[in-house]
Amino acid sequence: MLAYIIRRVFQSVIVLLVVGLVAFSMFRFVGDPVDNMLGQERTQADIERLRTQLGLDQPFPVQYFRFLKGAAEGNFGVSYRQGRPVATIIAERAPATLELAFVSGVLAITMGIALGVFTAIRRRGAAANIIMTLSLVGVSLPTFLIGILLIYVFAVELGVLPSFGRGETVRVGEFWTTGFLTTSGLQALILPAITLGLYQMTLIMRLVRSEMLEVLRADYIRFARARGLTERAVNFRHALRNTLVPVITVTGLQLGAIIAFAIITETVFQWPGVGLLFINAIQFVDIPVMAAYLMLISVLFVTINLIVDLLYYAIDPRLRIDGRTA
Amino acid sequence: MAISPVAETEYKGSAQPEQGQQPTLSVRDLVVEIPTRRGVLRPVDRVSYDLAPGEILGVVGESGAGKSMTGNAVIGLLDRPAHIAGGEILLNGKRIDNLSRRDMRKIRGKEIGMVFQDPLTSLNPLIPIGDQLAETIETHLNVSRTEARKRALASLEEVGIPAAAERLDSYPHEFSGGMRQRVVIALALCAEPSLVIADEPTTALDVSVQAQIIALLKRLCREHGTSVILVTHDMGVIAEAADRVAVMYAGKLVEIGPVRDVLTHPNHPYTDGLVGSMPAHSHGQARLRQIPGAMPRLNALPEGCAFHPRCPKAQEKCRHAPEPELMNGAACWFPVGEDA
Ligand SMILES: Nc1ncnc2c1ncn2[C@@H]1O[C@H](COP(=O)(O)OP(=O)(O)O)[C@@H](O)[C@H]1O
Ligand code: SF4
Ligand SMILES: [Mg+2]
Repeated sequence: MLAYIIRRVFQSVIVLLVVGLVAFSMFRFVGDPVDNMLGQERTQADIERLRTQLGLDQPFPVQYFRFLKGAAEGNFGVSYRQGRPVATIIAERAPATLELAFVSGVLAITMGIALGVFTAIRRRGAAANIIMTLSLVGVSLPTFLIGILLIYVFAVELGVLPSFGRGETVRVGEFWTTGFLTTSGLQALILPAITLGLYQMTLIMRLVRSEMLEVLRADYIRFARARGLTERAVNFRHALRNTLVPVITVTGLQLGAIIAFAIITETVFQWPGVGLLFINAIQFVDIPVMAAYLMLISVLFVTINLIVDLLYYAIDPRLRIDGRTA
Repeated sequence: MAISPVAETEYKGSAQPEQGQQPTLSVRDLVVEIPTRRGVLRPVDRVSYDLAPGEILGVVGESGAGKSMTGNAVIGLLDRPAHIAGGEILLNGKRIDNLSRRDMRKIRGKEIGMVFQDPLTSLNPLIPIGDQLAETIETHLNVSRTEARKRALASLEEVGIPAAAERLDSYPHEFSGGMRQRVVIALALCAEPSLVIADEPTTALDVSVQAQIIALLKRLCREHGTSVILVTHDMGVIAEAADRVAVMYAGKLVEIGPVRDVLTHPNHPYTDGLVGSMPAHSHGQARLRQIPGAMPRLNALPEGCAFHPRCPKAQEKCRHAPEPELMNGAACWFPVGEDA
């Protein structure tokens, strides 16, 4: 078990190195940061000086190595645009994104599983069919359009919910600002959370439904019925549990996707999180911010992957091949 | 409770058990229908039989004859769109074919147990076997969790799982196929039902353990006085375990009677064919007799006796007269042995 985790962590590090390399080589095509940083009256000497200062005159592998060395120490350099440490900027922005992602994730998982189970058990019912049809809309509408529609209905027409920003936040501890503790903060979360989580919710729902239908046809479900177990026990203790095994992988990856896709939602709702930070960084070719953001996202994906594997282990006894085998 | 001798000797080729004794199960003119776009199929067509307490009734016939459908109808587990379209099913004198879903659920597992063909897929892979037993016991008997665990252990010991106490928390994949079928049998019997339906309980098993499983089933049912419907397409299993045998062909019961009589003197030409294809009955011939042709599909049943295209004794009457009814043990105009 421990050997397995160590092996997985080792693999994860390699994945991160590759991601960093790819990200770094792509930045060279985004543009030259020096153009943005110096005004119109720049001289060739100014440009050279700045390049040396930023280390951009160094060969690519050296730049990459320096970046990795810094990252390992939690130092992602200084933002070209704001002139402050990237780590600080991201730490300021992270709570907004994480709180949004958390609410969306909880929404997507709970509603996704509940609706998936419902539509599988009542698959011939009218309600289930309506939900399935609506879910097609949820899957096919682009995120920004859903956001704009929600803003139009609830902020513009009905005027009940705010259309942008985080509302009032409260500082908790040294690094964290939360929107959970104020009414305006909670209200501000509703529309972005729905926008961000809707796609994942429909995806999880459709997956849970099809897996559940598959499981309900299995012999052991038939046998559970033949043993006279109640519908509730058959559906939830026996069928749902087996349904969740394959659902976990996809759901885990979707959580990573929620944070990654927060970029679009944060842009639509002007949500002050890391996604919006990244979009602004692209416009300014703020390489340290972009690099740090991409590394963080990959760390996130890799970590989620690892957790998913371990969960698999916990849920499915057949994978626990260590020790006793008959 | 000892097995009643009734089944073994008393009646010759009759579908009725001894007068006066209430049968455990009584199936009367059972019809199962499946509506399809091209008309209604009848996988079970007016099947009747009685099952005495403690009796083992073997049900044989080729694949598709309607053996499983009959069993599923009795336990109320027909898959849509198949449904009971006629007849009655009585369990210990009470009608059960018209019960609500809820009442029928309470009978399943408690009064009728079931053993399926494939022990590898019958058990939930994610739940320890002890828990699967305990949940069944708790569902049907009004006992505490601890008591249910205790009874779970007792039933595992009864089916011969070695070191049962340590195996309660084992998962199904930690057992061999034969051991898993023992667990399945424990699950079917743990609430002490009066009837067990075993649908091809050994077909998926290794030949070396088949006999053990049949012997186990036979012993347990004798000890508990449980009646058994033993579905199989293996005449050898019937000869080994059953008291009476019912032969099905294309949805109909074509012959029923005590095993010894049917195996030595089959009345219906189809039974004769099945018996002739048993290794022990081929009298050293190098090649087993096989019934030529295949069973007709339900949507293309021949007129008259459904067996006539394959029957060596078929005559004009078989093709055109209405199908023969089950009388004196066989549904045939010209039973084997009558003209000999
Ligand atoms: N959904 C269905 N639609 C049409 N025919 C079916 C369906 N399910 C079962 N059958 C038919 O019902 C008949 C009886 O099947 P079954 O009881 O499983 O046979 P056995 O157990 O004797 O092999 C078979 O001929 C099969 O083709
Ligand atoms: S009725 Fe005729 S065709 Fe049918 S089994 Fe008897 S002899 Fe054969
Ligand atoms: Mg069958």
